[in-house]
Amino acid sequence: MPEQKDGQQSNSIQLRKCPTGISGLDEITGGGLPFGRPTLVCGGSGCGKTLLGMEFLVRGTALNEPGVFLAFEETSTELAQNFFSIGFDLDKLVASKLLDIDHVHIERSGLEPTGEFDLEGLFIRIGHAIDRIGAKRVVLDSLETLFTGYLSEGILRLELKRLFTFLKEKQVTTVVTAEQGERTLTRFGLEEYVADCVIFLDHKLSEQIATRRMRIVKYRGSSHGTNEYPFLIDENGLSIMPISSLALDHSVSEERISSGVQGLDAMMGFEGYFRGSSILVTGTAGSGKSSLAAHFVNSACQRGEKCLYFAFEESRDQIVRNMKSIGVDLEKWTEKGLLQFRNTRSTLYGMEMHLVTMHKAIEKFKPSIVIIDPISDLLVSARETKVMSMLSRLIDFLKREGITALCTDLTAVGGSLEKTEVGVSPLMDTWILLQILEGTGERNRGLYILKSRGMDHSNQVREFTLTNAGIVLREAYIGAGRVLTGTARLSQEALEKADALILTEETQRKQREVERKKTLMEAQINALQADYQAGKEELERSIMSEKMRQEILADDTRRMQQKREISSNQ
Amino acid sequence: MTKRPVQKPTETSIPAHEMWQLKLYVAGQTPKSLIACANLTRICEEHLGGRYCIKVIDLLVDPQLAKGDQILALPTLVRQLPMPVKQILGDLSDTERVLVGLDIKRLEELGWPGPHNVGI
Repeated sequence: MPEQKDGQQSNSIQLRKCPTGISGLDEITGGGLPFGRPTLVCGGSGCGKTLLGMEFLVRGTALNEPGVFLAFEETSTELAQNFFSIGFDLDKLVASKLLDIDHVHIERSGLEPTGEFDLEGLFIRIGHAIDRIGAKRVVLDSLETLFTGYLSEGILRLELKRLFTFLKEKQVTTVVTAEQGERTLTRFGLEEYVADCVIFLDHKLSEQIATRRMRIVKYRGSSHGTNEYPFLIDENGLSIMPISSLALDHSVSEERISSGVQGLDAMMGFEGYFRGSSILVTGTAGSGKSSLAAHFVNSACQRGEKCLYFAFEESRDQIVRNMKSIGVDLEKWTEKGLLQFRNTRSTLYGMEMHLVTMHKAIEKFKPSIVIIDPISDLLVSARETKVMSMLSRLIDFLKREGITALCTDLTAVGGSLEKTEVGVSPLMDTWILLQILEGTGERNRGLYILKSRGMDHSNQVREFTLTNAGIVLREAYIGAGRVLTGTARLSQEALEKADALILTEETQRKQREVERKKTLMEAQINALQADYQAGKEELERSIMSEKMRQEILADDTRRMQQKREISSNQ
Repeated sequence: MTKRPVQKPTETSIPAHEMWQLKLYVAGQTPKSLIACANLTRICEEHLGGRYCIKVIDLLVDPQLAKGDQILALPTLVRQLPMPVKQILGDLSDTERVLVGLDIKRLEELGWPGPHNVGI
């Protein structure tokens, strides 16, 4: 069966589509079911075929497209009752002529036909119903019931062919449901007639967890998602998680938002995380992952942003109480409607279902921050091969929406740090590691940024303490090739203090010594000066007397000379 | 040709509840419809001897009537009376099957038509 038989599809004659209005289905079909053509929905019993058909009609009535439901299995009363539980008021729609439910009862009397016949009666019924309310959509649920009746298969096949031609002529978009066959898509080979679009629904049980999946088997003339998409049936009908991780084309934000912990912001250039990024916080049990998440929530709520908190381990009240003990009051944010909790046990259903529920909750609440605490619980209920693709769908979805996601991840004690991150790491922009540092008879918490894309971040291990006023990060003592925390750190600090004290005293002592030597030197100088002064005066005195003596002597000599001259002259 | 009695009861003395009431659903004046009509009239004349009343319903004219009798295939013959209601489809060419389907065969074996057996 070729996917695309006619290659002459061009933009001008693009296949017109009929939006189903079912959440997610229009995304994976690229806009809806082929307009005016039949679509086959097949699958095992209880996989949601009838629901898909009915929801297709009910959503259509909202678009002012009336619909006809031909019920071959259930009466209209039964249908009305069944669908009332998911909020579809069929009786009201029937009364307002937006819906026509025709129960087609097939007699199993076993009477042989008495001659030639055809299914014109069915055609007339369908045609009449369509004309009566101006229907644009028709559901035949399930057509193959005809095969179980009195009609011979040869005639039936001929008539089915005619029926689909008839429906196409009527320009109605038709959904035909059919039971899954053993090796074929449908038990009676209806896919032969409905060749335009085939949707396969599946309800598989793996490891005791049931998961509903949907796949577009073929869609002639249109591209479509080819994966198996998990879907959910809940009080609002069907919802399919359409996100595929095909394109990495989301725009990124330069905006930074605080992590709620001052010290952690400081480690990331004093600014915090990028908005719309995904953050992984890994750590062993009790390392403070949830506390870190709560701080992030708290700071976001303070900015007036909405947060959605998925908790798989604790109840809402438990989280609120526990976080109160470290000075984070989450209660007031829930009261203000800024914070919502979704608490479920991870074993409730499979990973895919969790992701669909989460996806739905996010679409509904439109938060700017999502906390998944812990992501490892989701992984428990899934086989590893699925983990990567499913998780990347969710992460990509969040990124596309610009939602910042903080996921915590529990690592096994004693296991390798990188072990649990089965491919989760590549999806994450920032990875914070919370370590338990063991030593000197106690366990202390250490925080380390393993990676943080696109920003400058500290490469240091910080000590991480939980106080009544929240998380405090301190520079860890790094000495002798190890990080010291807790009391070891305190004692080391005391030791250092003592050392420092001794050092100061020594310096002071030496300074005093210098002073003393200086004084001593100065005293000696003074003494020498005095000594010198004394010697100097004495010497000067003797010099003076010597001079006087010489003068006297010279005087005497002169006088004697004078005397001699006088005597000789006489 | 809607709801047109093809054959009026010949003996007015027969009480209404002992009459066979038959409805033949067809779609338009197709050869198949006409054959079915002719076959029915013939069989009734031969076996019911005037104790019958036939309504031919053309669904092209009254499509809303198809729902009530759960008509899918055409032509379809509905035996309204005597109870229980029975449906036979096809153009009634196989007389044997028509007789079996309408229970006429069994009744004739019991000595019918006699006044006691009508209306079982």
